[in-house]
Amino acid sequence: MSSMTAANAPAGTATKRVPAPYWNPYLAGFGLGLVLLAAYLIAGRGLGATGAFSSVAAWLANLISPEHAQASAVHARYLESGSPATAWLVWLLAGSFIGAGVSGYMAGRTSLTIERGPSITDNQRLVLALVGGIIAGVGAKIARGCTSGQALTGAAVLNAGSLVFMGAVFVAGYAVAWLFARKEWL
Amino acid sequence: MFPLSSTMELTQATTLGLALVIGLGFGFFLEKAGFGSTRKLAAVFYFYDMAVVKVMFTAIVTAMAGIFILSSAGALDFAELYIEPSNYPAAIIGGIVFGVGFIVGGYCPGTSLAAAATGKIDGWVFIAGIFIGSYAYAEFLSGFDTWLAASARPDVTLPSLTGIPMGWFVLLFIGFLALAGWGMSLAEKKFAGLRP
Repeated sequence: MSSMTAANAPAGTATKRVPAPYWNPYLAGFGLGLVLLAAYLIAGRGLGATGAFSSVAAWLANLISPEHAQASAVHARYLESGSPATAWLVWLLAGSFIGAGVSGYMAGRTSLTIERGPSITDNQRLVLALVGGIIAGVGAKIARGCTSGQALTGAAVLNAGSLVFMGAVFVAGYAVAWLFARKEWL
Repeated sequence: MFPLSSTMELTQATTLGLALVIGLGFGFFLEKAGFGSTRKLAAVFYFYDMAVVKVMFTAIVTAMAGIFILSSAGALDFAELYIEPSNYPAAIIGGIVFGVGFIVGGYCPGTSLAAAATGKIDGWVFIAGIFIGSYAYAEFLSGFDTWLAASARPDVTLPSLTGIPMGWFVLLFIGFLALAGWGMSLAEKKFAGLRP
């Protein structure tokens, strides 16, 4: 912790310190690759972030109305594999949350903030984050996986569908970024 | 010998404990790479900071090379690995929808978790969105999901499609990473002015 920054910080932010720089991307990528490799070696499958949400969603639907939950093939599929408390993906996600929290805290990057582009307001950012989250959630379900479960995990074993997914994500991302989202981020 | 899940009898507690440990590493490196920052993630679409693609490609090539080497050496049984069945229309439609959500929301599911873990309120809101999206999919698109599961083809990989052994693809991807790394460093210089 640098004493200089504490002295310069405005009132109320005395605990803030200058965040450590992010790692070299190739080094961080190598580390991430080893974690992915470890997942394959230990569990026989890669990583995933979206499945845990479906597991919890199914559990919640079942809590509200078991008949209603069984009526959806998706809820039923996740209910069949048991409670979220014993789901591999839920524990993986819990670990990710803790791991990221520890890393961020150690690097001085933890603070209650809303991060956004310079040309929009906090409220606009939160609305866009919610809408984007809903869209990404639906997209990940259609594709049976997200950037973790499809792109990273699938590409590492040269899964053709995963590579097609990754291509589609970037094509759509770049198109929307340049056609519609410049005000949001630049 | 590997994967342990098919060569050893792991108790549920051990399996879930291992999931937690793997998750710890996953979250740690995601955060260290800068994936907990929405502007770092969005930057990749405007070329001024390509770290996200560098990290992703390096991770893919690292894991791919490790899987290839270990399975060639006989330490890993590739046939025991879970390969998500391929369904190209679903991959394309889902990829497009997901890509739109990514740039609009500024995160993907894993990275929103890293953001939330470091206090980003927009990360928490994005997580709420994924939950709503997953729930809505189960409620309204379960018929589509049944079609999807029925029409996906198992074990479609580039080696199985082309007959070219995995090792050549590993070399190709390493070469591509080197070339892309060089291209990305040029792009970052060219688009440096876009950095807000």
